[in-house]
Amino acid sequence: MSNEISTAPKKEQVKKEPLFSPKNKKLLYDPMNDSNPITVQVLGICSALAVTVKMQPSIVMALAVMVVTAFSSLIISIIRNIIPNRIRIIVQLTVVAAMVILVDQFLKAFVYDVSKQLSVFVGLIITNCIVMGRLEAFAMANKPWPSFIDGIGNGLGYGVILVIVSMIRELLGSGELMGFRIIPESVYEMGYFNNGLIIMPPMALIIVGIIIWVQRSRNRKLIEAK
Amino acid sequence: MHKDSNKATFLFSSGMVIVIAIMLSVAAIVLGPYQARNTRIEKMENILSSVGINGTSDEAEANFSKYIIKQVVLDSKGEPVNGGTPAFDIDLKKELDKEKTGDQDKELFPLFVCQKENKTFYIIPVRGKGLWGPIWGFIALEEDMNTVYGVSFGHKSETPGLGAEIETAKFQEKFKGKKILDDEGKFVSVKVVKGSSASTNPHGVDAISGATITSDGVSEMLQRTLTNYIAYFKKISTQK
Repeated sequence: MSNEISTAPKKEQVKKEPLFSPKNKKLLYDPMNDSNPITVQVLGICSALAVTVKMQPSIVMALAVMVVTAFSSLIISIIRNIIPNRIRIIVQLTVVAAMVILVDQFLKAFVYDVSKQLSVFVGLIITNCIVMGRLEAFAMANKPWPSFIDGIGNGLGYGVILVIVSMIRELLGSGELMGFRIIPESVYEMGYFNNGLIIMPPMALIIVGIIIWVQRSRNRKLIEAK
Repeated sequence: MHKDSNKATFLFSSGMVIVIAIMLSVAAIVLGPYQARNTRIEKMENILSSVGINGTSDEAEANFSKYIIKQVVLDSKGEPVNGGTPAFDIDLKKELDKEKTGDQDKELFPLFVCQKENKTFYIIPVRGKGLWGPIWGFIALEEDMNTVYGVSFGHKSETPGLGAEIETAKFQEKFKGKKILDDEGKFVSVKVVKGSSASTNPHGVDAISGATITSDGVSEMLQRTLTNYIAYFKKISTQK
């Protein structure tokens, strides 16, 4: 009995905090709403406009960004105490670039069709401000596990917006979802047309704008004080 | 040793570069065969799509061995070459580049013979220059080795909406039924031309407006590559 009591706090000391403590959960959920990389921080817009014509490439792109942010955060966080301060941006960039090349090679080897559709945009994840931003702002100052979660969270936040935008664009632009026809042929025969404008990148920007509007009207604290 | 000293900075960056270089090389070597297979399958799909066989990429390998009954390699005089590299593995870019070094006699030209619904088709790979980068494709001729049965084009980086339209079925459809030989059997190729007369012209295809250089590139590519096959076609048609 006395043994049990004495081991309990000891165990607590080793583990310090559980893997999914409220603080870590916040790291995961916050980027989906309060600090969403696209709609609140307005980062990574370029690729969000370019790859969201269809859902499938958007999902692959979101996964790719998530993997890159999560693992580069993890690696940078592990080596954060030995990175010479003067070259830290170069080190971050090198790690991100290596992760992106790995992801690109994997896509080329296993989902060649999608990799062709995403073309240069996988390579351009290197320049996605979300990745570098999280490394510099979070991973350089935090332990590996929270950094990893932060990376996953931000990747998810980016992905959620990509999926929503691409869903709207694929449905209205091609009448399909994930390549399956949703709007039946009979509707087309009645004189319905796919909206050609929605396939163009500017419409993606407008959709992102509408999402920001909806989000802010529901989440008042995001509105800047005048 | 302080982590911000010059020595530590140099050590760290050298170490990092070596580790990452090893990691990426290993990935490239391990994944290489998978990527090479995807490129082969894509080539098979393109060859098949010029004769109107469009299956999924999983079926491409099976379809290719089913429909492509013969692969021929021709030398620069139009004589078939025995042995050597199989037609499928010939890199047309390398062959056409031989001209630059004055080795045009050593050029090799691949030809695929396809059998579909008891008809024979001759599929010729073509390659040329667009506005921004290389364009390529496959052109399928009917049994008379004159009428175009179908084409499939690809490009590296033509302008979307303009030059990139050569990839669309709408543009490729226009080549069907065109002839590469004139009435006297002389080679004139198929040209991409401006103007609406194109639909009645047996050697002309309506150009894409706004994409003059890509359109000219397509004409030149067909002219440059097809001419090497005419001697061979003449020979086998007299044998029949």
